[in-house]
Amino acid sequence: MRDKAAFEQVFKIKGGDFINAGESSIRIRNILKDIGIDANIIRRVAIAAYEAEMNVVMYAQRGLMKVVINPEQIFLRVEDKGQGIEDIELAMRPGFSTATEEMRERGFGAGMGLPNIKRNSDHFSIRSSVGQGTKLEMIFELNGENG
Amino acid sequence: MKNKEMRIADIVEICGLQTLCCNELSNNKIKGGYASDLLSDVIGNSKAGDIWVTLQGHPNIIAVAKLKELAGIIIVNNRTPDEETLKKAQTENIIILTSKLPAFELIGKLYECGIC
Repeated sequence: MRDKAAFEQVFKIKGGDFINAGESSIRIRNILKDIGIDANIIRRVAIAAYEAEMNVVMYAQRGLMKVVINPEQIFLRVEDKGQGIEDIELAMRPGFSTATEEMRERGFGAGMGLPNIKRNSDHFSIRSSVGQGTKLEMIFELNGENG
Repeated sequence: MKNKEMRIADIVEICGLQTLCCNELSNNKIKGGYASDLLSDVIGNSKAGDIWVTLQGHPNIIAVAKLKELAGIIIVNNRTPDEETLKKAQTENIIILTSKLPAFELIGKLYECGIC
């Protein structure tokens, strides 16, 4: 990640801001498109970025999404200040969600967020502490077999 | 079976849809279709060029359509999208259509058109 050719940018995400939710992910997608990244990789990054961004909007006060692009890989880190996750193993289970009724009515809370992120990234790590926040890191290989 | 390539304008006519945003995109081609009201399902499983059938009308549907490069969104059951949704659709160039029909009936018609 210390490559001279690396591009990086940080986006702020506001918790509870459903109106602007998804805009950081759209901007990242547009950057990848402008650089000429393979469409299939853009699709996978877009899915993971959107799910991670929505998690901040739904469950945290605020967060930062950092994207680093170098010739080998795309690195995405989403770090938030918020309620955190009590049981990560449970949160990773497809179908499990702590979303409110209101969020579910809007089509969120299907319990697919973290599984979608894991499925679409080449490397994925999650760390969380209750009452403090959550940190997700994702890597997408640009020359890997999924490309 | 696909006998003919469908454009947005074709399904607007055949299915009696209303265009609420971005009529200038009505020449967009439709490659397939996806129906769901769960946003994670759509972001995870839809394909670029799909027409998305849903009853959600809130602004978050626009980011999903943009990120997945969907052909457009059809909001069913005579529902009206939020004003903010239309504003965002304009900014992001996403075509918004509405139908009086419930999802099942509309999807049947789309399927008959060869969209699948």
